[in-house]
Amino acid sequence: MSIDIETARRVAHLARIEVAEADLAALATELSGILGFMEQLNAVDVSGVEPMTSVTPMTLALRADVVTEGDIRDQVLANAPDARAGFFTVPKVVE
Amino acid sequence: MPELNALTIAAARDGLRDGAFTAAELTEGCLNAIEAAAPLNAFSTVTADRARTQAAAADARLRQGEAPDLCGVPLGIKDLFCTEGTPAQAASNILEGFRPPYESTVTARLWERGAVCLGKLNMDEFAMGSSNETSAYGPVVSPWRRAGETARLTPGGSSGGSAAAVAADLCLGATGTDTGGSIRQPAAFTGIVGVKPTYGRCSRWGIIAFASSLDQAGPMARTVTDAAILLSAMAGHDAKDSTSPDLPVPDFAKALRGDLRGRRIGIPREYRVEGMPSEIEALWERGAEMLRDAGAEIVEISLPHTKYALPAYYVIAPAEASSNLARYDGVRYGHRARIGAQEGITELYERTRAEGFGKEVQRRIMIGAYVLSAGFYDAYYLRAQKVRALIKRDFDETFAAGIDAILTPATPSAAFELGALADADPVQMYLNDVFTVTVNLAGLPGVSVPAGLDPCGLPLGLQIIGRPWDEEGMLDAAFALERACAFDAKAAKWW
Repeated sequence: MSIDIETARRVAHLARIEVAEADLAALATELSGILGFMEQLNAVDVSGVEPMTSVTPMTLALRADVVTEGDIRDQVLANAPDARAGFFTVPKVVE
Repeated sequence: MPELNALTIAAARDGLRDGAFTAAELTEGCLNAIEAAAPLNAFSTVTADRARTQAAAADARLRQGEAPDLCGVPLGIKDLFCTEGTPAQAASNILEGFRPPYESTVTARLWERGAVCLGKLNMDEFAMGSSNETSAYGPVVSPWRRAGETARLTPGGSSGGSAAAVAADLCLGATGTDTGGSIRQPAAFTGIVGVKPTYGRCSRWGIIAFASSLDQAGPMARTVTDAAILLSAMAGHDAKDSTSPDLPVPDFAKALRGDLRGRRIGIPREYRVEGMPSEIEALWERGAEMLRDAGAEIVEISLPHTKYALPAYYVIAPAEASSNLARYDGVRYGHRARIGAQEGITELYERTRAEGFGKEVQRRIMIGAYVLSAGFYDAYYLRAQKVRALIKRDFDETFAAGIDAILTPATPSAAFELGALADADPVQMYLNDVFTVTVNLAGLPGVSVPAGLDPCGLPLGLQIIGRPWDEEGMLDAAFALERACAFDAKAAKWW
């Protein structure tokens, strides 16, 4: 499966990574090469095989639905590049 | 007696308990060695004050008696582990300035047992790489050189700082993480022991996530005994990691006897890959003979889906990475790009991630986004998950047929020069993981043991793969191999 420039642009946007228009062709070639390597998987007969979801057969443990750690707002915000008045900030998203 | 920083953990433990030296002296020895080893670029942060405080506390505990094995033992911590108040950046610019307000479960267990934190160790960015060259801190340089040469070699990756620091005697042991071979490959390249435990053995809580179904923390040390001591401290149930089962943690060091009578060791024929250097083939055969001499029965086995492990891995790991790394958005922590007055949140996200992530990380996130996207999910991701099930089935059937452990080479070559693959297709770098990645896909334990030197004088490793949760049996086979190989080569000090 070869990736064209249009697909490369779409993938970059899906990944939320800005890629300059001039770099899209090289990116498309690179991604095509990696996907080409993955094409080998088409040679495997996977009919009737259940996809793996966990390497260890175990049931997830349940716990009471209660707060385990709370009242740490300042800690949560401490690493934010721009926190104000107890909130994270983002550019305006609603007009 | 060797320099204190060159001691094994077992020898340091005994010396500390006997009062031959103090944890403070041992710690100073390591801090001095670290300072003198700047050209290796192994440490990204040195926590000298924290180390001295912990060493003083360890000495007090030792004086009271009843100190645990690791009390007063100085360790290095891979930058992927969150360490309270100390930078944890995963060697990425996108986490610049991040200081976690919490401690990972694995490191918390080490400090509770009295270990001393020397600092954070360099690595490939977000553990994505096999040569340490994707690090935002610049590459780690291996303490090893080819005989008569000065070319800078890779220590391997992604736990390259951990490997170099242990091999160069900057610390007595280190933590690493292994998603596709990131503990075992650098251990093999630097002549040390690296253990990737069974998936779930060590809690992943507080370790910056790469591919959650494959990531596993483990010890890197100079001997199998040291690795066993470290593993007993790092492992254990943690309610904060839902994939960590509530199983008892054995005293792994007690299991080391090196007597393999009655044990059956498998040699998988599919690991004889094309283009494998003859010295690796010969080393593998010698390793099998050594295990036979220790009493094991050597059995040729078949793991028919081996050749599909790498392509399956390079679908699954990037898919999980694209999801895990979605959290780096310039809002909650780390780097945040500047945007223009007319730009909005999409530009903020996209520019932050373009500026903060290095090329290899970007590549993997995009591959992951592609294989998970509508229309391609079944063809790539779902198919890879089915192939993964077949790879695990190969191992299940082998173990069910009475094989106790499997012997393979650890890497397809010795360490290569930094920059050697700079212009190569990214897939060339991925091939480094060919012998290690199956273990992650199947959730098994694996250990790399230094077994010999190549004609240029560089270390080569052999890998023992164990049954799930049988690190004891696996480490015992590794111990037998270590004893028979008697590997005692050290990198000649040039730094």
